[in-house]
Amino acid sequence: MSAIVFDRICKQFGSFSALDEVSFRVEQGDFFALLGPNGAGKTTLISILGGLARATSGTATVMGYDVVQDYRAARSAIGIVPQELVFDPFFTVRETLRFQSGYFGIRHNDDWIDEILLNIGLAEKADTNMRKLSGGMKRRVMVAQALVHRPPVIVLDEPTAGVDVELRQSLWAFIRRLNEAGHTIVLTTHYLEEAETLCNRIAMLKQGRLIALEDKDTLMGHGSARSLRIVTTAQALPDSLMPLVTGGSGPEFELKLADCCALEDILGELRRAGIGLKDIEVTKPDLEEIFVDMMHR
Amino acid sequence: MRFYTLLQKEILRFWRVAFQTVAAPVLTALLYQLIFSHSIGQHVEPYPGVSYAAFLIPGLAMMSMLQNSFANASSSLIQAKVTGSIVFILLPPLSYLEFFLAHLLASIVRGLVVGIGVIAVTLFFAMPPFSHPVWLLLFMVLGCGVMGALGIIGGIWAEKFDQLAGFQNFIIMPLTFLSGVFYSIHSLPPFWQALSHWNPVFYMIDGFRYGCFGVSDASPWQSLAVVGVTFALLAGITLQMLRSGYKLRH
Repeated sequence: MSAIVFDRICKQFGSFSALDEVSFRVEQGDFFALLGPNGAGKTTLISILGGLARATSGTATVMGYDVVQDYRAARSAIGIVPQELVFDPFFTVRETLRFQSGYFGIRHNDDWIDEILLNIGLAEKADTNMRKLSGGMKRRVMVAQALVHRPPVIVLDEPTAGVDVELRQSLWAFIRRLNEAGHTIVLTTHYLEEAETLCNRIAMLKQGRLIALEDKDTLMGHGSARSLRIVTTAQALPDSLMPLVTGGSGPEFELKLADCCALEDILGELRRAGIGLKDIEVTKPDLEEIFVDMMHR
Repeated sequence: MRFYTLLQKEILRFWRVAFQTVAAPVLTALLYQLIFSHSIGQHVEPYPGVSYAAFLIPGLAMMSMLQNSFANASSSLIQAKVTGSIVFILLPPLSYLEFFLAHLLASIVRGLVVGIGVIAVTLFFAMPPFSHPVWLLLFMVLGCGVMGALGIIGGIWAEKFDQLAGFQNFIIMPLTFLSGVFYSIHSLPPFWQALSHWNPVFYMIDGFRYGCFGVSDASPWQSLAVVGVTFALLAGITLQMLRSGYKLRH
């Protein structure tokens, strides 16, 4: 059984199509990145999972439960960290988490609440009013709120916005442990290096359409071409290599590298022309470059 | 458990700021009682054997109850919507019925706390006989229920604070002030008397007054029927709004 299934999801806001026939699965145990520019439909898709929005057509399930027909079971199986920084100013951190536990039908949840607070670095703030927390701390309480009912599926919509580097690292270490313990994690983020480091599968949305869905390694492999940077003993390259040059000037050049076989050919051409190499570097595109490339296609 | 948690949170929410949500309306009612009973109390006897000071107590108590029941649900919802924290009760597996009942009961609790407070402080001026305590309690709970349901409707419908203030100032306030809080409708000209009979708040106050004194402008059974039907109607509308996700779920 897949952790999440989207089947031909469409969402219209008047004449605007926010999601257009989006279908994909997130498997149990995945650390899944949902990427796309602002307005691509990521948050709408997440809202449909949590019941904050209803699909115009299509179905969505969480751990096999339909988010409309079996909404109680579906919502119990998922914890969502919303994108906006929101909090209830009347209560302390502990009260907030106790109420959130109660909404999921869980009483006497303090041991787990304490464990979450310890892991997100808020143990000492348990009895502090939400109003008195910094933005980053409030963001971490929102993460805790999504975890109080130990959901098998955790969705984090921009969870590290406004969180400082050190705490971001500890938050990811905690989320990674949850993933290792079997929780399925779905992440949207604008920090693409986070997605590249953490996730094993990646989906990309553009204008409400799914434009990529791959294992991370596959996506990184067939992304935009790698490039080759060389420093030569000559000021010019053989004519046969000129079509590959993308930048630089003698003796330093950048060349487009379609695949590893192309490297052999380039080195062969240089040898035949009697040109030596002082330095060589093959650079692989990172997720950010692939993302930009995909969005401009 | 889910319902109980939401109810507990809603009650704690107003209790945390009880100075504003309970003490302030009690003080306002006390000032009304002080000013009206001293300024016109000597010249008016609304019912035979009932002083104006005593007559005023159930009116003021009920007005305070109704206004605060409305304010409780509506302010809780509009705040949660405007700040966005409403997601924390929309994401969990709460049913629309649990959502409705928790907000409704919290509103009734606040209304009753304020009403009991108003009665307690105004007893220094006069002591109503509280002739029919069951009727008294029935109209307290039903009246707060009507306004609690209306508060949920207002809180869901309004998208910003000034829309809710409009709802409160142009609908709730005229309905409560023009309902016989300060006078018996028999003292009104025929047109206004007839108009008052179309105001459900009049029946809430009149029924409550019957519980206090055993006399009223309308029959308590008629008042019960009007208030009961009004509650059923508003509860039905509220439940339908919540079930459809109107202005809560897109």
